[in-house]
Amino acid sequence: MKLTVDGTDHEVDVEADMPLLWVLRDELGITGPKYGCGIAQCGACTVHMDGVAVRSCQIPASAADGAEVTTIEGLGQPDALHAVQAAWIEHQVAQCGYCQSGQIMQAASLLELNPDPSDEEIDRVMAGNLCRCGTYIRIRAAIHTAAAKMQGA
Amino acid sequence: MGRVGTIARRTFLVGAAAIAGGVAFGVYKVRRPHENPLKAGAGEAAMTPYVFIDGEGVTLITPRADSGQGAYSVQAMLLAEELDVDLDAVRIDPGPPAPAYWNTAFAPEAAEFMIPAAGVMQSVTETAVGVMLKLAGVQVTGGSSTVPDGYEKLRAAAASARETLKQAVADDTGVARADLGTESGAVILPDGTRRPYTELVDLVAGKEPIADVALRDPSQWRYLGQPVERLDMVAKCTGTQDYGIDAVVEGMVHAAIFLNPAQGGGIDGFDATEAKSMRGVRDVLPVTGGVAVIADNTWRAMQAARKVQANWTPAPMPDTMAGHWQVLGESFTEDRQDSRKRDDGDMEAALAGGEVLTAEYRAPYVAHAPLEPISAIMRVTDTGAEVWTGTQIPRFIQNNVAKIVGIEPDDVVVHALMTGGSFGHRLEDEVVKRAAEIAVQMKGTPVKLTYSREEDMLHDFPRHIAMARLRGKVAGGQVEALDLDIAAPSVTASQMARQGQSVPGPDSQIPAGAWNAPLAIPHFRVTAYRAPELAPVSSWRSVGASYGGFFQNAALDELIHAAGADPLEERLRLCNDDVTRKVLEAVGEMSSWSGVLGDGKGRGIAQTTSFGVSCAEVVEVSQTERGIRIDKVWVAADVGRVLDPVNFENQVQGGVVWGLGHAMNCEITYEGGVAQQSNYHAHEGMRLHQCPEIEVRGLENGPRVLGVGEPPVPPAAPALAAAIFAATGTRLREMPFNKFVEFA
Repeated sequence: MKLTVDGTDHEVDVEADMPLLWVLRDELGITGPKYGCGIAQCGACTVHMDGVAVRSCQIPASAADGAEVTTIEGLGQPDALHAVQAAWIEHQVAQCGYCQSGQIMQAASLLELNPDPSDEEIDRVMAGNLCRCGTYIRIRAAIHTAAAKMQGA
Repeated sequence: MGRVGTIARRTFLVGAAAIAGGVAFGVYKVRRPHENPLKAGAGEAAMTPYVFIDGEGVTLITPRADSGQGAYSVQAMLLAEELDVDLDAVRIDPGPPAPAYWNTAFAPEAAEFMIPAAGVMQSVTETAVGVMLKLAGVQVTGGSSTVPDGYEKLRAAAASARETLKQAVADDTGVARADLGTESGAVILPDGTRRPYTELVDLVAGKEPIADVALRDPSQWRYLGQPVERLDMVAKCTGTQDYGIDAVVEGMVHAAIFLNPAQGGGIDGFDATEAKSMRGVRDVLPVTGGVAVIADNTWRAMQAARKVQANWTPAPMPDTMAGHWQVLGESFTEDRQDSRKRDDGDMEAALAGGEVLTAEYRAPYVAHAPLEPISAIMRVTDTGAEVWTGTQIPRFIQNNVAKIVGIEPDDVVVHALMTGGSFGHRLEDEVVKRAAEIAVQMKGTPVKLTYSREEDMLHDFPRHIAMARLRGKVAGGQVEALDLDIAAPSVTASQMARQGQSVPGPDSQIPAGAWNAPLAIPHFRVTAYRAPELAPVSSWRSVGASYGGFFQNAALDELIHAAGADPLEERLRLCNDDVTRKVLEAVGEMSSWSGVLGDGKGRGIAQTTSFGVSCAEVVEVSQTERGIRIDKVWVAADVGRVLDPVNFENQVQGGVVWGLGHAMNCEITYEGGVAQQSNYHAHEGMRLHQCPEIEVRGLENGPRVLGVGEPPVPPAAPALAAAIFAATGTRLREMPFNKFVEFA
C-alpha cells in the first residue's frame, strides 16, 4: 500500500486488515498516535485521514491505501506549534499525556468544522476521547482558547 | 528526555564504586549513607546522588517515577531551587535504580499517617515496615510520597552541591565562600565574574561535599510556590514524548501474550500450529500462566496470540462474585479481627437499648487501566539483563529479573521510562517477569512485550473489594455513636507476597480513610477484619481510603440524616482537628453551602484524611431526563504548602474525576475467575461530557508538606452519593452507583 504521512510518501507491504495505527507505529516508526484500546473506545490513536479525524485502530490498511494522513507530529512541532497545541501548553493540560495526541487531533478537527464551538458541542465531539488522568476541564478551556486564537488570526 | 537519557545511560554505571563525592544529605546524616550510584568519569562530577555535572550541562536526577502526576517536574523544582540553575537549562533523568534513592516517606504513608487529632501513636509495626524498606533500599513511587520524601532531602542535596561548587571556586581564587554568590548555573565572584558549574567539574572532583547547609527561607524561592510550565508539557502536546510502549531497541522482536483468562489459573499444554503459520510469527513460547507469541510486529503478535489453543487450569478463587461477597460477609468474626484503631467512648454501652441504625456498604474490585497498556523490553545475555519499562519499583524489578534469569540483581540494568499513567498499576511488574521469561529463551535478542488492552485489564490486580457494616445511634438531634466494621482482604499482603515478602502485623489499609476521621463522636469505633485472600489485588489510587472514605462518610451521613442535622454543620460541630475545620469551612464558603436546594438538585459533602492530607468536597447534582448529571464540585485540601499551584489544581481535579468516574460506573466482577470487563466499554470511568466544573482551593495550615495525587479521590464517591440522596431520596450504599441510578 501507498500512503502519505505528515507530508512524506511511504510504501509498505502489509496485510489488508492491519490497522492503520500499527502500520504507523510498527512499520513506519511514527509513535505519536497511541494504542490504548484497539476498539475505538479511547481515541488515543486519532489521526486525520484526508482531513477527517479517524480512529486509526479501526482503519484497515486497505482503506488507507492512497490516503493522506496527518498525525500529531504533522499537526505541529515544538518549534512550530499548531494553535491547539499552543493552547494545550498554555493551559498545562497534560498529566500523563498519553491520550493527548488523540485529544488534540480530535479538537483540531472539531475547530476545522466548527470554529467557535459551545461547551455542549465540545462535549459531544470530545466524549469519545478518554482521559484516565481526568484533564477534561483543561481540555474544554484549551479548546475555547484555541478557537479564539484561530478566529483572531 | 531523549538526549538526557542517552548521556546518562552512557555515563551511569550501576553498582560501580563512586569515585567523586558520594555523600548524601538530609536524612542520611542519621546513618551511614547509601553509596552514591552515579559514577563520574573524566570531566564529570556526581555531586550527590541527585546532581550530575559534566561539560555539557547540569543533570538533575529525579528517581521517583512520573506517571502524569508531575513528579519529574516537582523533583527538578526542589533541586533547582537550591542549586540555582534555570529549569529550562538543565536536563533531568530518573537515574539508575539504587539504594540511595530509597523512599523515606513511603513507609509511614503506606502504613497511613496518623493525624494528631485522633491521638494514636504510630505502632511498632509501622516503624518495622519503615526499617525494612530502608534496609532493602526500596525505591518506590507511591503513597503520594514524592513531595514529603523529597521536600527537604532534594533541597538539602542541591544546597550541598551548590556550596561545594562555591568552595571549589573559593579554593581556586582565594575569595571566601561566604563572599561568593550563585545564579543561573554559575558561581558569581564579587567582581561579577561568572564561573559556570560546567567548568568547575575538575575542581570539585574528589572534594568532600559540604554538608550542614541551611535551606533557604520560602520567601527567597524562585520556583516553588509559583506556577511552572511542566518540563514534559511541550513534548506531551506535540507527540514527541516517548513512553515505554514507544521505546525501540535495535534488533528487537515484538511479543504478545495470551494468558489464562482466569486470573491466577495455569496452563496445561497448548497447540500453536495455526499461530505459527501466520505471517510474521517467529515463535510461540511458554510463560507462566500462558503463552507468548514472537513476531515482527506488535499487531501480528497479538493476532496470532488469539489463535493459540490452550488447556487452562482453574483460578484459585470463588467461582462466582456472590462467592466473593459471601467470604467477606463471613469475615466479621473475632478470629478475623485485624485491628481496632479507633475506639472512643463505650460502644457496647452506647448501643445497648434504644433504636440502633444499621446499614451495609460495598465497594467492588476496580481496575487501574492507565491508558498506556503495560509493556517492557528485555534483553538477556550470558552475563546480565537489561530492561526498558515504565515502573514505580525499579529495585524489585532487578530482583525479579535476576531470579528468572539466574544472575545477580546488580547485573540487571533498569531503564525507567515515561509512563502513560499508572494509578498504582506500575507498582506491579508482571509484564517484566513475563518479558524475562521470554527473553531468557532467546538470549541476545531484545524482546518487546506489549500487553493488549484486554490482557492488561483481565490480568490487572485490581483494587480489593471491601464490605462495611454500620451500627449507629443518634440522640437529641446529634450523632451519638458510630460503629463501623470493615472487612477486606489484605492488599498489602497480596502485593508484597508477589515480591517474595511478608508484612507482619495488621494491614492498616483495611480501615484506611475511615478510622482516622477527625470526628469527636462520643462513641466512635472502627474495627478491621481481614478476609481470606480472594482475587489477587493491588494498590489503586488512594488504596484503602478509596472505599474507607466512602464507608465512613456514607455511614455518618445516614446518622446525620436520622438526627435531622445539616451534613456540614454536624461535621463542623464534631470536628476535632483545626486543619480539617478550615478545610470544611473553605468548601462551605466556596459552595455557599446550603443542604437543601430543591428543584431536582442536591448537594453532598464528604471529608477524608488520607496520606496525611485533609480534603473536603461538595458535589452538586441535578436530575435530568437522561439521568443524574454532576453539575459542580468544590474541593479544599490542605497539603501544608502548595509547591506548584497549576499542577496542584490539575492533580486535584484529576483525583476528583477519578473518584467520581469509578464510583459512577466501574467494577471488575469475576465469573470462574475471569474478569467480565476486558476493555473500556465495560469499565469506562468519566468522560468529558460528564465532567463537572471543579473549583479547587489549596490550604496551607498543616504542619507537613504533602503530596496530593491521591487525597482528592476518597471524598468524591461519598459526596456524590450524598448529593444523589439529597436530589432523589435514593440512598446509595454500594459502588458503582449506576447499578441503582442512571447517569446522564
